[in-house]
Amino acid sequence: MSTDTAAAPKKESLFSKKNRRLLSDPLDDSNPITVQVLGICSALAITVQLQQAVIMSLSVLFVMIGGNVIVSLLRNLIPDRIRIIVQLVVVASLVIIVDQVLKAFQPDISEKLSVFVGLIITNCIIMGRLEAFALGNKPGPSFLDAIGNAMGYAWILLAVSIVREVFGSGAISLPGMGQVKFLPSEWFMSEGGFYENNNLMILPPMALITVGIIIWIQRSRNQSLIEEN
Amino acid sequence: MKNACNSRCLNVQLLNLKIMAIDKNSTGYTFLFSIIMVVVVGTSLAYTSLSLKERQNANAADKKMMDILGAIGIDANRTNASELFADYVVERVAIDMSGRELLATSSAVDPKDKADPFGIDVKKDYRASVKSAVKAADGDEAALMAALSEDDLRFPLFRCAKDGASLYVIPVVGSGLWGPIWGYVALEEDKTTIYGANFDHKTETPGLGAEIKETFFTEKFKGKKLNANAAALFTVTKGGATTDEYSVDGITGGTITSKGVDEMINRTLKVYYRYFESETRAQR
Repeated sequence: MSTDTAAAPKKESLFSKKNRRLLSDPLDDSNPITVQVLGICSALAITVQLQQAVIMSLSVLFVMIGGNVIVSLLRNLIPDRIRIIVQLVVVASLVIIVDQVLKAFQPDISEKLSVFVGLIITNCIIMGRLEAFALGNKPGPSFLDAIGNAMGYAWILLAVSIVREVFGSGAISLPGMGQVKFLPSEWFMSEGGFYENNNLMILPPMALITVGIIIWIQRSRNQSLIEEN
Repeated sequence: MKNACNSRCLNVQLLNLKIMAIDKNSTGYTFLFSIIMVVVVGTSLAYTSLSLKERQNANAADKKMMDILGAIGIDANRTNASELFADYVVERVAIDMSGRELLATSSAVDPKDKADPFGIDVKKDYRASVKSAVKAADGDEAALMAALSEDDLRFPLFRCAKDGASLYVIPVVGSGLWGPIWGYVALEEDKTTIYGANFDHKTETPGLGAEIKETFFTEKFKGKKLNANAAALFTVTKGGATTDEYSVDGITGGTITSKGVDEMINRTLKVYYRYFESETRAQR
């Protein structure tokens, strides 16, 4: 990943205003989840716990950067007719590598994520960026675009998972730390207290509702995102 | 333009020219590209897989040892698992469906030895034959027994020594709501009292069925007994029901997962019971 700066165009600095927008736009104005409504499926599946969301975000970041840069480097070589297959093969290979490396070096985290790592292949954001950006741009900007979109995906994931884990399990978890229950156990109804975890939070519909609330807040702050009709 | 270009840049330009000359949409080029892509991807993935295989297998073996030790209440981590395993597990036995002893060994664990009871993959056996047989038998024990005795199944048993007493650790595998569940049950020297148990799952619902791996659930098994005289050795009841010394309370909202735990304990422990009985007879 370190060689990308060498491949950046000479006329235009890698961190020109236009390229900086590649990083900042996906965080807000063209966020892959809340604006383009891509990658919703995985946002529902893995946001029960924060630690899963963190590892998932990192895995998506790696696959996204790798995929975007590789496809961008090959953009003049890929035959048009099989470009989707080529993109799929690139993404699938990277995902398998992530999965294997996690299994070998982070077995505990790999166990927690189970099938979700494999499901990165089906994440529309990755295929979408390869098709819409990497195929038509140089590796440098593609690299930035990958980081921007992966981060745009990540912050939504983290926000949703924090809400769901706090209200659904009364706990917060980080990789390597495990789940920390911060509410005193005597508060819970089973121990004679007044508080009960909201089981609805753990079920997938609540992820959709939480994402909906984020979209609501985002559009009330940024009116330009609201459609005419 | 030419003046501003060094040799590297010229090379790139030449390469670009060459590429431009080929018709990228021709069938021949598409085939060539696909073949090269498949070879490159195949080689790199095979290399990754092979070079990481040993580590992954070692991790899986460590995890298995941690789980077995966990059932007898030894908290091991990945670094000391094999050391503690060698300390506590004094004998590894393989038995068959009818409870006959096939092999007993107390040598060091050899991951390459196929006969080693430690290497018996009960999860694989369950996937391959037991699962469909359980479904087909639909609670009919004799039919299940008949279906399973045709397969050459081997069952591992780990005899451990802790604080001067013998403990027997038995691996169990079954089905939850969404996917496989598994665990280890440790019996005390009398072979009827449960010393400890741990469970894990692949894809059970977090907060509901997934709770079987939490300690609040596994704690309930400690000190419970197996009822050799009843039809069911042990019962996991529906969440919230009253329990006696032969049953534990299941997970509320995880009924099917709880039933899966019940089914796998009963089915598997019955096999080991036949072994324990024949062993007792032999001692007399």
